[in-house]
Amino acid sequence: MAHDTTTADAHADHGHHELPTVFGFWVYLMTDCIIFGSLFAVFAVLHNQFDGGPTGKELFEISGLALETALLLISSITYGFGMIAAHKGEIKSVMMWLAVTFLLGLGFVFLEVKEFAHMIAEGAGPDRSAFLSAFFTLVSTHGLHVSCGLIWIVTLIVQLAGTTAISERMMNKLTMLSLFWHFLDIVWICVFTYVYLASMI
Amino acid sequence: MSTDHSAHSESGHGGAGAYAIGFGLAVVLTIASFMVVMGHSLSPSATLMAISVLAAIQVVVHLIFFLHMNTTAEAKWNNNVFLFTLMFVAIFIVGTLFIMDNTAAHMMSR
Repeated sequence: MAHDTTTADAHADHGHHELPTVFGFWVYLMTDCIIFGSLFAVFAVLHNQFDGGPTGKELFEISGLALETALLLISSITYGFGMIAAHKGEIKSVMMWLAVTFLLGLGFVFLEVKEFAHMIAEGAGPDRSAFLSAFFTLVSTHGLHVSCGLIWIVTLIVQLAGTTAISERMMNKLTMLSLFWHFLDIVWICVFTYVYLASMI
Repeated sequence: MSTDHSAHSESGHGGAGAYAIGFGLAVVLTIASFMVVMGHSLSPSATLMAISVLAAIQVVVHLIFFLHMNTTAEAKWNNNVFLFTLMFVAIFIVGTLFIMDNTAAHMMSR
């Protein structure tokens, strides 16, 4: 690995190398992957421990799930367009795509909070059964990550607002957020498949 | 550094084209798994198998087209860490299911 020489090289080579921070962030994402992996394992063990309470089939609605999935998937490509604009150095365009991504992500979090509030109001909160404890822990951990991503998007929009060129440091920040955002979409694939769809079979 | 991210999206994967292909595949795979479940045409175990396969393919699509994973020498360390994590997660998910199922069988709790 070229870590020790990266800083010098990166400046000489014009962005053909990334700072070691991007690799470090990748390693962080892998540890996050382990967190989600263990929460999925917990859910897999407890998915049929209903304690006489509501089952996933009774609780989950496919239309709401489809809308949440669509929002997150579209937000992935809008962030992608933002990265393409960033490579071209078009700051206004980057900010616009980040804002669109933010709104889509906000819509996702809004729908999820609404779903949770509805379930809790119906007496299907995390304290009802082991299945619901596992469900809320797993899905809200993902939702919390998305919310952190939203704060991060706003931070980068604010930082971009005062600049005239995209520095290499900013490019690395955008790349790391890109990894984070796309990683969360991958986690959501597993959530909608194994938590929602598998319960509706 | 390991992931030649910037140079890659500009040239290798064709930027917007790569994202569009990835997005198209992701949409098709997502709709397919919703259809399989809503259609009720397969048996429950076959449905679970089908959506598992679709999810696995979609994860790979996202990794290649959105996270730009590739097999270049520069990406070696990213891939090594990724494969180690994958192995780790597989061991404890499969291990957890095996042990808990075994425990349940011995305690006759299900």
